[in-house]
Amino acid sequence: MTKSNKAPPAGFTREEARRRLLAGREYVGVDRIDGPLVFVKNTHPVGYRELVEIVDPRGATRLGIVLDTAADVVVVQVFEGTSGLTMPGTHVRFRGEPQRIGVSERMLGRVFNGLGQPIDGGPAPAGDLEVDVNGRPINPTSREYPRDFIQTGISVIDGMNTLIRGQKLPIFSGNGLPHNELAAQIARQAKIRGTETQFAVVFAAMGVKHDVARFFSSSFEETGVLDNVALFLSLADDPSIERLITPRTALTLAEHLAYNLDMHVLVIMTDMSNYCEALREISTIRGEIPSRKGYPGYLYSDLAELYERSGMLQGYKGSITQMPILTMPNDDISHPIPDLTGYITEGQIVFEREMHGRGLYPPVAGLPSLSRLMKDGIGEGMTREDHPHLASQLFAAYSYVKDVRNLASVIGEEELTPLDHQYLEFGEAFERKFVSQTQSEDRTIEQTLDRGWEVLTMLPAEELHRVTETEIEKFYGK
Amino acid sequence: MDERIIGQVRRVNGPVIEATGVTDAMMLELVRVGEVRLVGETIKLSGDSAIIQVYEDTTGIAPGDNIYGSGSPLSVELGPGLIGTIYDGIQRPLEEIRNLSGSFIERGISLPSLNREKKWRFQPAALKSGQEVSPGMVLGTVQETQGVEHRILAPPEAAGTLKSLAGPGDYTVTEPIGAVAAAAGEIPLFLMHRWPIRTPRPIRERLRVSHPLITGQRVIDTLFPVALGGTVAIPGGFGTGKTMTQHAIAKWCDASIIVYIGCGERGNEMTDVLTEFPKLIDPRTGRSLMERTVLIANTSNMPVSAREASIYTGATLAEYFRDQGYHVAVMADSTSRWAEALRELSGRMEEMPAEEGFPAYLPTRIAEFYERAGHVSVLSGQEGSVTIIGAVSPPGGDFSEPVTQHTKRFVRCFWALDRQLANARHYPAISWLDSYSEYLGEVTAWWEREVGPAWTRDRAEIMELLQREVRLQQVVKLVGPDALPDSQRFVLEVCNLFKNAFLQQSAFDDIDRFSSAQKQMKMLSLILTFWRRGAEAIRKGVTLVRLKRLKILQEVIKMKFNLANEDLASFDRLAARLERSLGQLESVYDEEQ
Repeated sequence: MTKSNKAPPAGFTREEARRRLLAGREYVGVDRIDGPLVFVKNTHPVGYRELVEIVDPRGATRLGIVLDTAADVVVVQVFEGTSGLTMPGTHVRFRGEPQRIGVSERMLGRVFNGLGQPIDGGPAPAGDLEVDVNGRPINPTSREYPRDFIQTGISVIDGMNTLIRGQKLPIFSGNGLPHNELAAQIARQAKIRGTETQFAVVFAAMGVKHDVARFFSSSFEETGVLDNVALFLSLADDPSIERLITPRTALTLAEHLAYNLDMHVLVIMTDMSNYCEALREISTIRGEIPSRKGYPGYLYSDLAELYERSGMLQGYKGSITQMPILTMPNDDISHPIPDLTGYITEGQIVFEREMHGRGLYPPVAGLPSLSRLMKDGIGEGMTREDHPHLASQLFAAYSYVKDVRNLASVIGEEELTPLDHQYLEFGEAFERKFVSQTQSEDRTIEQTLDRGWEVLTMLPAEELHRVTETEIEKFYGK
Repeated sequence: MDERIIGQVRRVNGPVIEATGVTDAMMLELVRVGEVRLVGETIKLSGDSAIIQVYEDTTGIAPGDNIYGSGSPLSVELGPGLIGTIYDGIQRPLEEIRNLSGSFIERGISLPSLNREKKWRFQPAALKSGQEVSPGMVLGTVQETQGVEHRILAPPEAAGTLKSLAGPGDYTVTEPIGAVAAAAGEIPLFLMHRWPIRTPRPIRERLRVSHPLITGQRVIDTLFPVALGGTVAIPGGFGTGKTMTQHAIAKWCDASIIVYIGCGERGNEMTDVLTEFPKLIDPRTGRSLMERTVLIANTSNMPVSAREASIYTGATLAEYFRDQGYHVAVMADSTSRWAEALRELSGRMEEMPAEEGFPAYLPTRIAEFYERAGHVSVLSGQEGSVTIIGAVSPPGGDFSEPVTQHTKRFVRCFWALDRQLANARHYPAISWLDSYSEYLGEVTAWWEREVGPAWTRDRAEIMELLQREVRLQQVVKLVGPDALPDSQRFVLEVCNLFKNAFLQQSAFDDIDRFSSAQKQMKMLSLILTFWRRGAEAIRKGVTLVRLKRLKILQEVIKMKFNLANEDLASFDRLAARLERSLGQLESVYDEEQ
């Protein structure tokens, strides 16, 4: 068995030797600048995705990577934008290696830009390890299937869309809906019952407003967890291109914390829609063939590179749980961004504007929300034995409520059968008593499940097909 | 390996590399790029330049890097050791990769697909020296797992007379077990041989399909059956249960071998298969389900071009087991990701796109893939089949997009997953209105012969009821259920019962997760008894409320959980009690009058 990359051939080829000599050479002047892209002609052979340093006429260094390399021209994407660059006055250095960042535990409690440079006024923390920000795909045979129930204290999540440690569960929201509040509440309240573990939060902001970033940092500060949080901020007024690297930098740190330092890491990434837009911008400038709505054909693979950097690994104590937030353009769940995200993530928490309008918090739409990993993390020994059937029954009954409401809007409530009236009342109670709670309310799983039974008791027992008779005897009407 | 330099890199654009200075490259030749030796394939040749698709991350590859040709097309290794193994898209064993590079996959790893050290007990067939040998002939057997007898086939070039064949004994896959004298000289025989993934393996002839693939999923077997050797598409938006359905079929269907291709999907789903299958017991053989399964995993974060190859790798492995005389089921989850990989590569090659950026040859590729299914007479004269069940992930759940539409043209069975059903947690969320099966006529004879003569009639009756329900529901949506007479509301009641008691099936319940054909037939006929006798009672004046209050209905709803596959007598007893209750109800009513 040979690992061929450890066995270079004897001696370098002439081409190889030449490239080694030339790496690090500085080129003065570029040939074309187009948006965030810089084109450099007549270089030595430059590697694909090599890190590039661009020195602007005032002497400041910006970072970029090689997007396309050919014998005659190299295309460089500049993360900090190209404003102020001139064609003759720009110096370009190819570093001969992919982009790496130094990661260490000391990055917790600090604030960075998207490239991992500190912006809180402090010195750059010394890195324990230099890591390629692009990561490597996890071997599916080394994954540990996630099963540990995380209690978020939020009934609609714990009871019906249970979050599991190592899961990637996005929030599909819309502009003006309280997704930030919910994410902050989850970060505050999340716990694995019966254990004390080292945890950390890695927060990546892409193109969000200053207020949003401040909301999160003050929320972390109030609960006294700021020392366990690393913030990577690429805000709305930063160059849009920096957003492409922000989640990668953040996830690289998360991987170090989880797999080298045994921490349980919650990664919050907001707002994925801005990330995707930056990707579209680059793709358009490069003249690539678009697929839907102008987004590049590789949007799925690109998002998967981020979302799949979560989970648990065999033989490692730590884990990465991801909670990406995205605002659905025009509240449209079939838009490419939520659509492709839903195909990669393990479920989704979907917000509904109508519920928000009625003053319900969290405005989580009951039916389209889903947690795929729930089935293996709930039930006897994990939450409570009645949990799987109770959740299924609540879904089924609430789904029928939606039908009855539609019917009532056509024929009027008076015309409904007595049973349908009972369903309407159940629906109302479900939303007010079970789903709705305050931003500081932290319910245990037992409280959540008992509330579930409490609202189900409003329906006749023979309507409950999805729970067993033993469960009805034990919990119904108690 | 016989390597030769076939050219140099000129341009790198993601997984697509342009090469220059190319003289003797072969089309679809397996190549290695640069000093890290990334695996790739030549997909275009013109003048002295070539286009190479690389199956690994191309970071660091620069113009001027050498490209090494291997002299052979991208092939898979076929022989003992496949069962129970998980491979990546180009058949590299992921377990071995893990031993080499840890939890994360490094680049440029070169490993044999089949274990070279393991010895297999070979039992030669009764063949004599001097006997004619033709490709595909069974040379002997290896008991690969308790459940699978691996039949060693003569390789494609072995046409001639047998010179020698080893006696019973233990051999590795690379130790010779004999030789054939062919026109081109002497060809040594091994337990394994190679086959290029893009070439379908030859067969003697295609046979008519006639036998259903029993999946144990009631909505499939009873309403929309698929035949052994058939093709199926499962389209559905995210969260409608494509993967769950594929997993359920892979677990419980009665094929001898399962090839599961995880193409561009979640890593945890493959882990789920890897951890769950070994624990589950195949009800037919009593052995672990992993002992009949081969896995191919190209998860969504693994290189996109290997995703394109993974489908062909899976199809070739399936054909190889078919050629041994087995019935093989291929799960491809999801073919949309494969089509998207084609689109991405096509875009990087700057080809002219057709619909939604997909290349114009997309329908041809889809057709080629599904045509590798079939019920055939293999070269050795035995019967075997490959059934392909492909998931489709239409963007936004919209079935009018190109991949779903083109797939529909080339499959004969369509299990449409419905968002509304999934939202109500009605699983499997296979819509009884949008789905269809063209295999119905072909499998009817089997059902009537093996299960019950009333099958066709019962199935037609329930399908008709479901159609009637749709029309009645439209009325209900306008005026409410109270406006309907009892006889029509009873149709709604029965359909509701059928959905709850029959169509919904829990993948997590030990009894319900798999229903035998016999159990399905009993359940269907029980529900139809209720329909026929109940309709009769209503005609006689019994009210719907009374019918609905029958205590025994709760037992009918829960029979799927309570009565096991082997316990067919209990269904008969339940049916008799149902008849009796309905009879009593009618007679009480007669007296009241």
